[in-house]
Amino acid sequence: MNKLLNVSSSPHTRSDVTTRNLMLDVVIAMIPTSLYGVWQFGVKALLVLLVTVLSCVLSEYVYEKVLHKPITIGDLSAVVTGMILGLNMPPEIPLWIPFLGGVFAIVVVKQLYGGLGQNFMNPALAARCFLLISFASKMSSFTLDGVSGATPLALMKSGTVMGPNEISAMFIGRIPGTIGEVSTIALLIGAAYLLYKKVISIRIPGAYILTFAIFVFIFGGMDLNKVLAHLCGGGLIFGAFFMATDYVTSPITPNGQIVFGVLLGVLTGLFRLFGGSAEGVSYAIIISNLFVPLIERFTLPAAFGKEGKKA
Amino acid sequence: MSKCAERLYNGIIKENPTFVLMLGMCPTLATTTSAINGLGMGLTTTAVLIFSNLIISALRNIIPDRVRIPAYIVIVASLVTIVQLLLQAYIPTLNDALGIFIPLIVVNCIILGRAEAYAAKNGPLESAFDGIGMGLGFALALTCIGLVRELLGSGSAFGIGIIPEDFHISIFGLAPGAFFVLAGLTALQNKFKMPSATNVEGNGSVLACGGDCMHCSGSACMANHATLETRRLQAEEDALKAKQAELARKQAELSAKLDKKDE
Repeated sequence: MNKLLNVSSSPHTRSDVTTRNLMLDVVIAMIPTSLYGVWQFGVKALLVLLVTVLSCVLSEYVYEKVLHKPITIGDLSAVVTGMILGLNMPPEIPLWIPFLGGVFAIVVVKQLYGGLGQNFMNPALAARCFLLISFASKMSSFTLDGVSGATPLALMKSGTVMGPNEISAMFIGRIPGTIGEVSTIALLIGAAYLLYKKVISIRIPGAYILTFAIFVFIFGGMDLNKVLAHLCGGGLIFGAFFMATDYVTSPITPNGQIVFGVLLGVLTGLFRLFGGSAEGVSYAIIISNLFVPLIERFTLPAAFGKEGKKA
Repeated sequence: MSKCAERLYNGIIKENPTFVLMLGMCPTLATTTSAINGLGMGLTTTAVLIFSNLIISALRNIIPDRVRIPAYIVIVASLVTIVQLLLQAYIPTLNDALGIFIPLIVVNCIILGRAEAYAAKNGPLESAFDGIGMGLGFALALTCIGLVRELLGSGSAFGIGIIPEDFHISIFGLAPGAFFVLAGLTALQNKFKMPSATNVEGNGSVLACGGDCMHCSGSACMANHATLETRRLQAEEDALKAKQAELARKQAELSAKLDKKDE
């Protein structure tokens, strides 16, 4: 038979984007900030990162082996979860705590709900909050060059005013904090790579950061320095580009992504300015994760041909 | 097994109010921050349950059917008041630890459930033993959950320190920990195919509520039990009839064959 007429059923062309490729891009994007963290905090930070990645991959493997499910560690999603969790840890943490966090992230938050694509909350962030509640003092004691100190956000909470010098230190990363959140410039390099490769769109981080900046400007006393310090001095940039954009736990509709970003910005602003603790990005993200199904439901675009007829 | 012993077994194991019927979740999750609190709550509820079952069962022919729920609540509320005053007088520490959950025993669904499902239909003695069984089952479950939470959250068992402070996972002492532990224990129960509200295949329809949690309105209704029982009997009867018919058909075939051979 003529081969030309022998057409198979659709789809006829396939995208070469796979979960593995996407996850690899995210891993690559997190390398600058990881390198900076390891350079600044030393071997301990490297160990923390290795432990979280190892514990995530290992718990995924063991869980799937025990339950006779297909082994999915090859798609690198556990590596990404492990890296995000590790970058969210203070460098001085005893290593068994990040290990426990990895197990919690993969087994409780991800696999018990059905594995990749089924979890309703970002596993790494849920694990971070689990650890933050369980080991409050160990999870929030930060050191820089062997001296323990307060994070810029904690200083601002207690009334310190930040000048341009401090803000530039925050931008480069010479501040105490978790391994991955300190250097704004390294995070922005990674974020630019993700945007260039079209792994993420600007909608969620853009709406998030803009809303947050406006919120802090209005309710923080109309002080531009304060806004900049809030943008660079905590986990906001890391959260906005790497954690809020997680495919599984963010809306897929374009309008929904903007609503999601605005919600994140308002919540983070509320937590940071009016809440009890200095930082609020993790809680803002996992709370907004819970609203995703609702947001998607109300921002679903009308199907082609049905635009005019609204029931 | 005598009726009373059967009631005890039923309450503690077979229809354990917490693990099998999943009743009374509010005090279960809220008061089990430590083993001793869980035990205290369980025993307090047991005391109320025994006397409420006894009194309601004794009055079951006097209480008009239409106003039975208010009548039950009046009885239970009087008992809870007595118990609370006793606790305040003799064990003030437990009273402080349990707080609002003592007065809330009035609307505990185990107590109203047992009154409705058992005490209103059976004699005072069996009802009292039903109360003891259910109460002890509740106390046992609460102590188990409290023990696990206390061990993980504050590293001790019944107040005796075991794990050094560095390794306390304090989230287990808080509200999320209650859900983790309850879910974990229920999962273990399903794993070992023990009876539970969420484990249908392990026990079939022997369960009071039928195990159909998807469509359950939340009450352990005895009518369900009866319906399921009749359905099961019906099914067995049908199966038996089908078997007999099959047997008769085979016999007829066989005799026809024999007849042929004879010819």
